[in-house]
Amino acid sequence: MSRARRACSIGAAALLLLGLRMPPVKGALEATMTAQMLLLMPLLFVAGALLRAALPARIVPRSAAWDYRGITGLVLASVASVFWLLPRLLDSAVSQPAVDAARYVSIPLLIGLPFSVSWPRASFIVRGVFLLECVATLFRMGWLYLIWPHRLCNNYLLDDQQRLGQYLVLIGLAACIAIAAKLLWGRFDALAEAPPRASAQH
Amino acid sequence: MPLRTLLASLALVLAGGAALGAATDGFRAFTTETARRIAVRDHPVAVPAVALQSQSGARLRFADFRGQWLLVDFIYTRCPTVCLALGGDFAQLQRLLAGPIATGRVRLLSISFDPAHDSPAQLAAYQQRFGDLGQGWLAARPLSADALLQLKRTFGITVIPDPYGGYTHNTAIHVVDPRGRLVEILDSGDAQRAAEDLRRRLGS
Repeated sequence: MSRARRACSIGAAALLLLGLRMPPVKGALEATMTAQMLLLMPLLFVAGALLRAALPARIVPRSAAWDYRGITGLVLASVASVFWLLPRLLDSAVSQPAVDAARYVSIPLLIGLPFSVSWPRASFIVRGVFLLECVATLFRMGWLYLIWPHRLCNNYLLDDQQRLGQYLVLIGLAACIAIAAKLLWGRFDALAEAPPRASAQH
Repeated sequence: MPLRTLLASLALVLAGGAALGAATDGFRAFTTETARRIAVRDHPVAVPAVALQSQSGARLRFADFRGQWLLVDFIYTRCPTVCLALGGDFAQLQRLLAGPIATGRVRLLSISFDPAHDSPAQLAAYQQRFGDLGQGWLAARPLSADALLQLKRTFGITVIPDPYGGYTHNTAIHVVDPRGRLVEILDSGDAQRAAEDLRRRLGS
């Protein structure tokens, strides 16, 4: 059963990555800055997240010792994400094969996979901090792309950059609303099940 | 376990910071445009020995400019936007640098990346529009697709089609030294500063 599941998730991730490498798909997703950031990169993230089920059964519990409350994994995902927010790397990922390859490897393995391993472990506060930082980054980058009067990428047009900025700000707003709704009306199993402080794991 | 997590996280942040520094030339270049300016300043590159055709129809090579300082920009003559500014810059530079141009120490060169359309006549008309004085400013097109590709690669020029049938491209004033090396990339739109930069180089 678990072997079948593992094979399935490896297959799905491989299929997705191969699909994203196909010239017409890749070309379309790199044709605009908006598609690269809002479609290609999230799909690479998904490919990495799919690989979680493919990890050998022992690895995930063993990694917990180094990943208290999911912090290490989310730090890794955050640090790796910074690179793919830089206009310079968005630009050279299109024109330099080495950067392109780094993107196809690092987004699944250093962002998608660690996120999917660590998120279930993350406590309420850790999740809150991570989400807040994500929303802030959406607004920061969105605002930058929206107001910057010059092109930040030589491979992309200015109106594309500004459209991406608009979308990032809108996604940030939607995330704010979703988080607010969850805080007001959502269920928090982690809170209900939180053990008393004294019995915290050591 | 919190301690191991702290150590692992710190290590990741440090490694990430180091990698980020490496990827941005020490936190100096966050865009390709800044990166190419830093790259040529740190490591000048030899310009390719490609054949060009000037606005008078004459054949040129970069080697012909050895011993002279050369200011180069990349344009297409149908350009309704930034090339107008670049053309204005070069016309102004022609006046600001009239002295060194007269003594043959400086040349200005506008290279078209749209050679199919920009015939010598089009190039001459482009210069006329900005009030070319007829001395020291050459406009030229590469004679082969391969020559254009080499030029774009060496100078770091990215040209992308825009929705109106034209092109969008990065603009700058490129300084080539008398040994035929690209040594500096200056912002366009400031002919005064480019002229000062060149005078300083001529003085030294």
